[in-house]
Formats: sequence, structure tokens, C-alpha cells
Amino acid sequence: MAPPPGRMMHGPKTKDVKGTIKRLLPYLAKHKFKLLLVFIFIALSSAAGAAGSMFLKPLIDDYIGPLIANYSSELMADLAKAILMMAFIYLVGVVSGFCYNRLMIPVSQGVLKQIRDEMFEHMQTLPIRYFDTHSHGNIMSHYTNDTDTLRQLLTQTIPQLCSSVITVVVLLVSMISTSIWLTLVVLAFTFLMSLITKKTGGLSGKYFIKQQKTLGDTNGFVEEMINGQKVVKVFCHEDEAVKEFDQKNADLFESAANANTVAHMVMPIMMSMGYVQYVAIAIVGSILAINGVSGLTLGSIVAFLQLSQSFNRPINMMSQQISSIVMALAGAERIFELMDEKPEEDNGYITLVNAKYDGDDLVETLERTNIWAWRIPHRDGTVEYKLLRGDVRLENVDFGYTPEKQVLYDVNVYAEPGQKVAFVGATGAGKTTITNLINRFYDIQDGQILYDGIDIKRINKDSLRLSLGIVLQDINLFTGTVMENIRYGRLDATDEECIAAAQLANAHGFITLLENGYDTVLSGDGSGLSQGQRQLIAIARAAVADPPVMILDEATSSIDTRTESIVQSGMDSLMTGRTVFVIAHRLSTVQNSDVIMVLENGHIIERGDHDKLIADKGKYYQLYTGAFELD
Amino acid sequence: MDKQLLRYLGKFKKDTFLTPVFVFVEALLEVMIPFFMTSLIDNGIEKGDVGHTTRLGLLLLVFALASLVMGIFSARYSSRASAGYAHNLRQALFHKVQEFSFANIDKFSTASIVTRITTDVSNIQMSFMMTLRIALRSPFMMLTSLFFAFRTNAKLAWIYVAAIPVLAFVLIYITTHAHPFFRKVFQTYDKLNNVVQENLHGIRVVKSFVRKDHEIEKFHNVSEEVYTLFKKAEKMTSYNMPAMQLIIYTCILLAAWFGSRLITAGNMTTGELYTSIAYANMILSGLMMLSMIFVMITMSQTSIQRVKEILNEESTIRNPENPVTEVKDGSITFENVGFSYYGTDEKLCLKDVNIDIKSGQTIGIIGGTGSSKSTLVQLIPRLYDATKGSVKVGGVDVRDYDIETLRESVAMVLQKNELFSGTIKTNLRWGNKNATDEELIEACKLACADEFISQMPDGYDTRIERGGTNVSGGQKQRLCIARALLKKPKILILDDSTSAVDVATESSIRAGFRSYIPETTKLIIAQRISSVQDADMIIVMDNGLVNGIGTHDELMASNEIYKEVYYSQQKGGKE
Repeated sequence: MAPPPGRMMHGPKTKDVKGTIKRLLPYLAKHKFKLLLVFIFIALSSAAGAAGSMFLKPLIDDYIGPLIANYSSELMADLAKAILMMAFIYLVGVVSGFCYNRLMIPVSQGVLKQIRDEMFEHMQTLPIRYFDTHSHGNIMSHYTNDTDTLRQLLTQTIPQLCSSVITVVVLLVSMISTSIWLTLVVLAFTFLMSLITKKTGGLSGKYFIKQQKTLGDTNGFVEEMINGQKVVKVFCHEDEAVKEFDQKNADLFESAANANTVAHMVMPIMMSMGYVQYVAIAIVGSILAINGVSGLTLGSIVAFLQLSQSFNRPINMMSQQISSIVMALAGAERIFELMDEKPEEDNGYITLVNAKYDGDDLVETLERTNIWAWRIPHRDGTVEYKLLRGDVRLENVDFGYTPEKQVLYDVNVYAEPGQKVAFVGATGAGKTTITNLINRFYDIQDGQILYDGIDIKRINKDSLRLSLGIVLQDINLFTGTVMENIRYGRLDATDEECIAAAQLANAHGFITLLENGYDTVLSGDGSGLSQGQRQLIAIARAAVADPPVMILDEATSSIDTRTESIVQSGMDSLMTGRTVFVIAHRLSTVQNSDVIMVLENGHIIERGDHDKLIADKGKYYQLYTGAFELD
Repeated sequence: MDKQLLRYLGKFKKDTFLTPVFVFVEALLEVMIPFFMTSLIDNGIEKGDVGHTTRLGLLLLVFALASLVMGIFSARYSSRASAGYAHNLRQALFHKVQEFSFANIDKFSTASIVTRITTDVSNIQMSFMMTLRIALRSPFMMLTSLFFAFRTNAKLAWIYVAAIPVLAFVLIYITTHAHPFFRKVFQTYDKLNNVVQENLHGIRVVKSFVRKDHEIEKFHNVSEEVYTLFKKAEKMTSYNMPAMQLIIYTCILLAAWFGSRLITAGNMTTGELYTSIAYANMILSGLMMLSMIFVMITMSQTSIQRVKEILNEESTIRNPENPVTEVKDGSITFENVGFSYYGTDEKLCLKDVNIDIKSGQTIGIIGGTGSSKSTLVQLIPRLYDATKGSVKVGGVDVRDYDIETLRESVAMVLQKNELFSGTIKTNLRWGNKNATDEELIEACKLACADEFISQMPDGYDTRIERGGTNVSGGQKQRLCIARALLKKPKILILDDSTSAVDVATESSIRAGFRSYIPETTKLIIAQRISSVQDADMIIVMDNGLVNGIGTHDELMASNEIYKEVYYSQQKGGKE
């Protein structure tokens, strides 16, 4: 069968076959005992299969022949016994075949589950950089295509290959014991066939690569055009699109027809080679037998012919199996590449705890007190508790996503507890980067970031992030009910707390109008809701988390200004008493900030509150007046 | 295979009809070859007659060669037929989608259309090929084998006849029972992919809320579900093989036993027994092949259905008979316009809209998200048809125009801007494919795009990546405006298409419009009051209704919403 179109997407090249196999073995080792049984059953079933394919000849020679010559009821009973014996062998074959299949199911599915689970668990530990630098489509394909090829390998290819190898060995031994000369003839043909397979394999590989390329080309074009279909219509560009598509489609037809032709030619060639081999053995065998070479009898030629025919099938199959092994190993290698990605490093030892006052002393507690403290273990074994105040300072921070390109230069930001700090500037000025640094999605190259006087590198990352609430421009909701989405902010929040958070964010009103209220199921990233509604849910989610410090990254830019003022009041209540970092390109959002930082090309060029910046008549003033042109 | 879709075979009908012919001949040869093989054994080898063996051997080779030729032909023709079929289906789909209106596209969603043209067509291609090569071949082989089995020995052949229905029953029983399980497996697979996908998209949310464990637990649950379901489904199908083997082996053993008795009674030769058993194998392996592709073909039914849905979709917007082919001027009139995306009176998202716009005017449109501003302007180039009332351009109902004529004179920059892979020049020429380089530069100057383009290393020949990912949002918007300007339209619509452009640049773009294209009617949808306040007329939309029409000053005096929006942008979020 030809590989289906769409497979072989990544070109089946494995860099390190041995290493990949070595990595796979431990997964299988867990099922050692079962696999041993599987192997025994495979051996039994292939031996039974081989025996079954040869039983007719002795039946005729030993029983039927004598019976024709000399009928006796004893012989007839012996014949019946022989057939029953054969039935038994067949039964053993069938049962062991069934057993290995059944045993293999939990093994292969178990291995796949383990690999999938480990892959996902590992992925959760990877730094943001990994997700920013790898396309989501490619990561997804590790879970789909790559695990799928592994499934094929485990459930089909390996058992089949084992069985093929065993069958080939059994048959080879019987062939040699029948006639060494004829065996040589068979081996010569096997060699010839493997040459042909290699040749056509190379040819079809070439054609398939071409098919893959034209397929990718056509599909890519379709994707681009259909996604831009509305633009195509607005510009009446349909005819041009059709013309280009037809060209690509014609190329695809050509290459697909060729690739499939070559792939389907292999079987007929193999079959007819088999017939040629059959005739060659018959003729060579007859000549040998007549000339009395090596004691070959005419009867054994017939037996040999049967053996050689059974021999060809597993040989042909092995070539197919090997190519699917190569594909699966390539898939496995890509999976292991993901698992080898370095997890996010975290050397922080300072953790965030709930605290309460015991007299003047801060003590740790398990209940939610809304008082937070940093738990700082000292080298001498003592533990210090420091009240979380929300004082965040960036001192002389330099940063670049790659060493070649610096994004931030000598940035200094001081946010005192309860202050609202805003970043303003053009796209690419480095506003979002600063927030990426505060929650340590990325680590700074130079300078330091202090949180309540503690270098954030000393703070455990989970604790750091729990102390920061984030609302992003790209709103990500998850499949589930509205309530579940809000609760994502704090998993142990009660329904009442979630509803209170929604009220705070001004989301309660529209949620209760939804078909099932808080139990309305959102799917496909909340696609049934408007942009503004989704943003309100995201704000409620942050509200329920109730973090001491908030980061709002363009949180309201996709909402119109009138709706924004509604959201804004929700946000304002969310912001009171917290240190807040706000990023916005709409100046109206940031005007009431305590400090506004104007960023340009990674430098802070102006800082101060609204009135000061207006009075300075700098960049901010230009932006501001440009926006309103009223004076 | 589906009757309706088979129409799309087109010129590949020949290949499609020839394939079974070659397949049949090939199968026939394959069935006859064992006949020669036994004859070779009985009359050549067993008698030690090398001459006869050679002669029969050569004859066998001739048959083998013929079968090879047939095999190659059937490979060629079946590949051409299936690749051609896929080609025609893809073409039909793509062409059909080009006729689609916005409403049609919305109905399917672009992602789903793409899958239908790509994955679904590939599935159909595969199953079509399988049908041609195996679905026809297997029954044919079974019949001829049975025929030859009867010719060899009728009594033994009856055993096979008895076995076939049993085997068929077992196969159908197992596949039909396993099928729902596999469907469920695939659904859970989708769920698993969905969890991964959402996790990838929301990775920043996951990490900032420190929800690693929660996500892992979510994944484990689905992963566990996939594991259990898959195990169940595979257990189901694991009965397939042994059941078939049992039946086949029983047949062979019965044939051997009865055959032996026939032989000893002198009613059959040993060679005939060989042949008869060889046919048993052929009949039953044919059935096995059939069961394998049976699953595949039923699975492709879904794809066929999905492809048909597109092909059978009627475009909701068609050219009228005797269309008007000239747009007189850029005046626009909305008369009692109502609109619903569902085409019915329910859920109207535009109600009772009456607006009169004179040619050459600049119109601003303001309104909150979901107030149907975009819907309103999309009725002008007939991207959607009004459900009620009528929209007139140049005094003529838009439904009476030749669609292309209408759209050529209405340029629209959509909210969701798209650039296509190619150079800046090829992208701009979407607006006018015959535009000279000077015209391109002029349009770009007007759209304030010339400056950044000339700073690029390759200038106007700079390559744009797919989706325009290598230019910034503001640059993209300006390129899209330039592209629209190149159409030299009578009406220019900007649907919130300067949101990423800074205010100063935006105002110089608008100044350019005023001085260079004064006759063009300009409709500007915007969030910022500053973008529309100098317009001749501002329309305030609220919830699908026109809430107010007038100049900035008039609206400031009379319109509550407008005032609110204005002050919200003035005071910066303060209560």
C-alpha cells in the first residue's frame, strides 16, 4: 500500500538511530514480562503458520499416496490423526496470535500514554522562550503525527517484523535442509528483489518528496487565499486567485499521479519476480534431480516450491516494515527533542505565604488572611518573614531576547506600594518586555529587579508569579463554563467569591444574561462572546486571584472607549490598594497614573505624572496633543 | 462512492473506467496462475520431464509478464484517476468558494473551508484509489476463484461457499461494532488536542497563574480517557484476525480431509487438492482485504459529506439579470435598512437605518463594539445583502449592479487587514494590476506609507511574508489603505483601519484624502473621536440603530452617547 498523501511531512530522516532506540527501550522495559510473553506467542504463532503452510506435502506423501496404493482403515485413521494434529497446530497459531495481540494492546497504549503524559508534563516546565521561538503547529504535531507513527510502530510494525523474521528463519532452515542449491537460487532472487525495492524505493521517495512539496504549496496557497477570502472579494481578485490555484493544482495532480504510480508498481513487480523465481526453481530443480545432484528428489522440489513461495511474503513485508520503522524513529526523535529541552531554571528559595500578626510579629498561617509575607529561610536555619508590600524596583536593567539585539537599555523604574505605573510608547518600544522581566518569563542580562527589597532571582518563581496578577491583550479563555474560567484565577475560590469578582469587574451583568448564566459553556476560546465580554471575564479571573501586584498589558485596547469606561471602573476597583503596572497605547487609560514612563527604542525618555509630562512639553505632550487636537 | 461527486471525474472518466479493466485482467491472471503451477507439478516435475517443465514454465512466465504489465497499467491508471479526481474536486471547491458571499464564508468559517479543500479531499482521494484497486478487485477475485474452485472440484468448493456468509457476518459484525468505538476515540483525540492547543495559546496565562499542575491534571484526564477507549476499541478489533483465521483453517482442514477421501476413492488428483486449497486462500484473503478497506471507505463518508456541503451551497449573492454596469457617482442612500446575519426578521442587528450621503462627502461612523458599524458599511459593496429595505449607490439599488462593477468602484479596507505573500508591489497591485510604479508611489505617499517603504532595504520590492507578519500593525494598515486607493474608487471605506497608526500620521492621511481625492465619498469608522470630528457628517451607531447624525458640534450639543465617548477620551478613565 502506498503511504497516504499527507504523511512523511517532515522527511523521514533520523539523526541518531541508536540513541533514539536506547531512549525508547526504558518505556518498553516497564512491560518486560508482558513483552516476553508477547515474543513467545509471536514465535509460536509464526512457527505454527510456517508449519501450516507446509503440511499438505507430508499429508500426501505419507498418507494419501500409500492410501491410493493400498487402502487400509488403519491408515485412514492415521490420516485423521494427522489432520487433527494439524488442527491443533493451527489452533495454537490462532490462539497465540490472539494472545500476543491482546497483550500488546495495553503495552503499546500504556507506552503511548506514558510518553504523551511525560511530554506534556515536561512542556509545562519549559520557559516562555521555548513557546515564543517554536511554532504552535510544530509543537502540536508532536502530540498528533509523531505519537501516531509511534503507535503504528508499537502496535503493528514491531510485532509484524518479529513474526516476519521468525518466519523467515524457520523457512530458511527448512529450505536449506531440503536443498542447499535451490536455497542459493532463492537467495539470489531475494538479493535481486531487494535491489529492485531499493531502486523503486528511491524513485518513489523522490516522487513523494515532490508530491509533498506541491501538496504543501497548494495547501499553503489555499490556506492563505481562503483566510484572506474577504479581501479577495473586496478587490474582485477571484479570477487571479483561481488562475494561480489552477496552476498549482495541476502541478499537484502531476506529481501525485507519478508518486502513486511508482508506489503501486512495486507490488506487481515483486509478484512477477516471485513467479520467475518459481519457474527457475522448477527448472533448475528438475535438472538437478534428473542428474542426481545432491540427492534431490522430485517430491522435495515440490515441497521446496511451496517453501519458497511462503518465503517471499515475509521478505516483501520486511522492506515495508523497515521504512515505517524509520518514519517512527524520526517521530520519536522529535518527541525526545522536546523532552530534552531545558526546563525553566528556578533557584529561588524565598516563598510567598499567608501571614497574620501575632502581636507585632508576623507569623505564617494556612488560612487566607489577605496578608502576604515573604518567607526567607536563612543559612543558619532561622526563618524571617517579610511583609509583602508591593514595592517593585528595576535598577539599571539591560535586556535583549537574543544576544545580538538589545531591547532595553539601562531601565530604571520605581513603583512604590499602591502606585499605578504606566508605560507608554510605540509598538516595539519595549513595554511588554518590561513586564516579561518582572514575572521572570525572561531573565535580565544586567542590573537587578528588587521586590520589597529582595532580588527577584532569590524568589521562587511560582511564588513570584502568584503575587502578580496579569491581564493580557490576547485574552485566553479555556473550554469550560464561565464559572470555571473565573475560578482559574484561584482554584479554591467558592462560587460566591467568583461572582463577587465578576461583579467587581462589571462582568456580572452580561454573564447573568447569558443562556445558562455562569454555567454557560465557553468553547473555542470563548468565541461566542464579544471581545469586550471576554476581556471582562479575564479581568474577573485576575480579580478572584486577588494578587498584591497587577500587570495590565493592553488590557482594554480591544474594547471601545465607551465600554472601556465601564470596564475601567471595574479595573479601578481592582487596582485600589495594589501596585499596578499598566501598558496602553490609548493615553486616556494611563492619565491618572502616579508615574508615566515614555519608552522609545528601549530607553525611558520621559517620566513623571501626567501634569508634569504635559508641562515638560516633550514626547508625551506631543502624543497627547496629537490625540486630541482640541486646543 | 457518491453519485453526485462522481460527476467531478471529468476527463479522468477514461482512467477510472480503464482501471477496473486492468485490475480484472490482472486478477484473472493471478487466479489462473495456480492452475499452471499445479500442472507444472503434476505433469512436469513429478514426471521428471524437464522439457515439459520448461515449456510450462515459459508459459507461466508469459502469464507472469502479462500480469506485470497489467499491474503497472492499473497502477498508472488508478493513480491518474484518483489524483485527477482529487484535482477536480479541489478545483470545484476552490472555484465554488470564490463565488461565495461573506455570508457563505461566515457560515462555514475559513478554517473549516480550508480543511475541506485540503484534508477531506486527500481522504477522498485515498478511499477512491482503494475502491478502484481493491473494492472491485476482491469480489471479482473471489468469484473467479470460486468458479475455478468449482471447476477443479465442485464438492470441495461447496465448503467455501458455506464459509463465505459466516465470514462476511463475522466481519460485518465486528467492524460495525468497533466503528462507534473508534469514532469515540477520535473525538477524545480531538479533546486531547484541544487541551494542548489551549495550553499553548494561553501559556502566559498558565504560567502567570502558576496553573501547571491544574493543566497537567486536565491533560492526564483526557489522556487516560484516550488510553481506555483506545484499549477497548482495539480489543474489539483483536477478534477480527483469529475469527477469520479459524474459519479459513477450518475450510482448509475440511478440504484436506474430504479431499483425501476423494483422492483415495479415485475421484480427484493430488494436484487438484493443491489447487483447490490455493483457491480457498485466495477467496478468503480477498474477503479480508475487503474488510480492511470497508472501514476506510466508511470513514471517508464524513469527508464526502463535508465536501458536498460546500459544493451544494448556494451563493447568497448573485449577479442580477441585465445588470447595471456603470456607477454614476459616489452617493449612498440607506432606505429603511434592516439586516440579520440569519436572513430573517429575528435577531436583527441593523434596524430602520435611513441615511443619505452625497457624493464626495466625508462621513465618520462612531459606536461601541457590537453596534454593527462594520455590518452597515459592508452592505455598500454588497458583501452582504440587506434583509429589509434597500441600499443605493449612485441612485441605483446595489442589487441591480453587476457585482464586479460595484466592487471596483467601492474600495474597502477591512478591519481584519490581510496582506499576501509576495512583494510590496504585487500586494499593492491587487488594487489595480496595471498600475505604474509612479502610481504605486503616489498612492503610498497619500497613505503615508512611502516613507517607511523607501527605508526598507529592497524598497517596493521588499518581500511580504504570509499574513504580512514582517511589517508592523501600523505599516500593514497603511499598505492596505494604499492598496485600496489604487482602485481609484468612487467610494472609499475605512473600517477602523488606522487604529494602529499614530494620531499625527492619521491626520495627515485624512488631509491627503481631502486634497487629492475630493470627489470620492469617504466613510471612516473609528474609535477615536479625533479621527472623525472634522467629517461632514458623523453617524453614531448604538446597538444596530442610528442614534444620531450630524456634525461634531451638533452631536456635542444633542447626542448623549457621542458626548460620553468624547469625554471618555478626554478625561482618561476618570469617573
